[in-house]
Amino acid sequence: MTTVTTVGEVVAAPPGVPATTRIEVRELDMMYGERVIQRNLNFTVQRGDIFVIMGGSGCGKSTLLRHMIGLVEPARGDVFYDGASFWGAESRERNRILRRLGVLYQSGALWSSMTLAENVSLPLEEFMDLTRVEVREVASLKLALVGLAGFEDYYPSEISGGMRKRAGLARAMALDPDILFFDEPSAGLDPISSRLLDDLILELRDSLGATVVMVTHELPSIFAIANNSVFLDAETKTMIAAGHPRTLLQECRDPKVHRFLTRGEAEE
Amino acid sequence: MSVSAAVATAWQLRVDRSQSEMLVLHVAGQWTLESRLPHAAEVLSQATMDGHVAHVSFDSAGLEAWDSGFVIFLRAFLAETSRGLITCDLSGLPEGVRRLLALTTAVPERKDMGRQARRPSMLARIGIATVSACRAGTELLAFLGEAFKSMLRLFAGKARFQRSELFLILQEVGAQALPIVSLISFLVGVILAYVGALQLRQFGAQAYVADLVGVAMTREMGAMMAAIIMAGRTGAAFAAQLGTMQVNEEIDALATMGIPAMDFLVLPRMLALALMMPLLGVYADLLGVLGGAVVGIGMLDLGSAEYYYRTIQAIGLDDFAAGIVKASVFGVLVAIAGCLRGMQCGRSSAAVGAAATSAVVTGIVFIIVSDAVMTVIFERLGF
Repeated sequence: MTTVTTVGEVVAAPPGVPATTRIEVRELDMMYGERVIQRNLNFTVQRGDIFVIMGGSGCGKSTLLRHMIGLVEPARGDVFYDGASFWGAESRERNRILRRLGVLYQSGALWSSMTLAENVSLPLEEFMDLTRVEVREVASLKLALVGLAGFEDYYPSEISGGMRKRAGLARAMALDPDILFFDEPSAGLDPISSRLLDDLILELRDSLGATVVMVTHELPSIFAIANNSVFLDAETKTMIAAGHPRTLLQECRDPKVHRFLTRGEAEE
Repeated sequence: MSVSAAVATAWQLRVDRSQSEMLVLHVAGQWTLESRLPHAAEVLSQATMDGHVAHVSFDSAGLEAWDSGFVIFLRAFLAETSRGLITCDLSGLPEGVRRLLALTTAVPERKDMGRQARRPSMLARIGIATVSACRAGTELLAFLGEAFKSMLRLFAGKARFQRSELFLILQEVGAQALPIVSLISFLVGVILAYVGALQLRQFGAQAYVADLVGVAMTREMGAMMAAIIMAGRTGAAFAAQLGTMQVNEEIDALATMGIPAMDFLVLPRMLALALMMPLLGVYADLLGVLGGAVVGIGMLDLGSAEYYYRTIQAIGLDDFAAGIVKASVFGVLVAIAGCLRGMQCGRSSAAVGAAATSAVVTGIVFIIVSDAVMTVIFERLGF
């Protein structure tokens, strides 16, 4: 009997799950101690989507992201990657899913005791069977992709906030992940840097074929690159809209969503 | 009716009740925070003493200056009037004041967001404290379990951390701690010799100072002083380092990479202290004995050769071994206290400070409690 090994795509979608579904969040409740943050979240992210989690400050956007990347266990519900349950899985299986994710944290979260090259190299050394020279080459390539060629031996404290964010992106891409998560990528960046980062995200999605999930409330970014979204509401503590941001802008009847997407200018 | 503060430049308020059910407030002068403005409730109750009021309006023609104080007064006043179902006409107020008032009412107060100010009852507080103590205990046990698993992975050759980081930590907790350990243990030796000499002199047995200092340092004080210094120096540093990494999301980044923070951050720190603490303990023993010798030879007129031989005679291998065992245990405990508090750290700069403080306290408690336990065990074993 021969076993067929497919390269690249590790998990085939199980029967019943459309092959285009990458992430599915099902009946997710998020609690902080006794306090409900969001409840009954249901949405799917398709392959190749740039999916935005939006909502006002403090509605639990970043918390939702932390639930999706395995940092916080949901009070109820589950997250499915290619049809495979994340929170119902054994830790070995979870680690296998995690390895396919790349995360860019809000502050970059580079390991401060390591140089940029070492930051990018660590996941490579950890999970790939490469020689020192190869690791160094991959790290240089990833840094060059985000416009940081030549900064290999700098420490995170020696570069600017925007550069740290790009270095964080290089590290998130180290293992060529299928899914990239961004937590407020353009927070703290000037408008031009933030535009460039948007372009970079689009470019990476197209060239790597990755799926992107990001938390943001930067309207220009949302309209420029997102093709799907959910809108979380802090008052009703659940999602009140989902879909393409432009469609939502034109068609969504909910006043909160409309006000958010128009910066509240429409009613004045 | 006219009310006014004593100073001419202060606030002035004239209440006009000429029309029935109408109240006109003429405000003039300085309505600022520093001019000790009247209480809104008092003003309203005085103004409504002689008959019902349904409508209030303002006249601010004489108003010279106003600031937040005036807005606070008006907010309170409006709250009072709305409680009494009195309508207010704000058109007589300056433009800026009206805008600020509109802003304060633009977003309704979120009633459910207010923290409960009421102190829970005694019984409830005991309950809360018990629950949180149990939770802290569970967390400690979970951490110990994780640390143990991490150790097993180390012996299986599966644990991953940076070699260079381990050497850096070794240097930090070893060589760089020598000066302070030297000073403290030397002085502890001196103190022991002094205190011992005072008592032994009564029996003419000063020569036993060498025995006393030797045994006390090797068996107990060397390891303990080194450990307490390391708890203050290194335990706090570990907690602050890991706490800052927690604030910076660096530990989250490790977790999402599937790299156990336990292996990568905690293990090298525990290893470094477990390796270095016995060495520091031995070094502290030596310096302590030296401190005792300085007192014994310099002040008690014991011969240096005599002091040397008495010390050699007094210290048995079991004393020395007991000291080393204790030092190793202290080393692991100090590392555990520091790393535990660092990993538990919240996500703010204040939390990092609290973690560092708590690491020192926890470390010293661990040291003393485990020392007591070990002393009893060694005594039972005749060790």
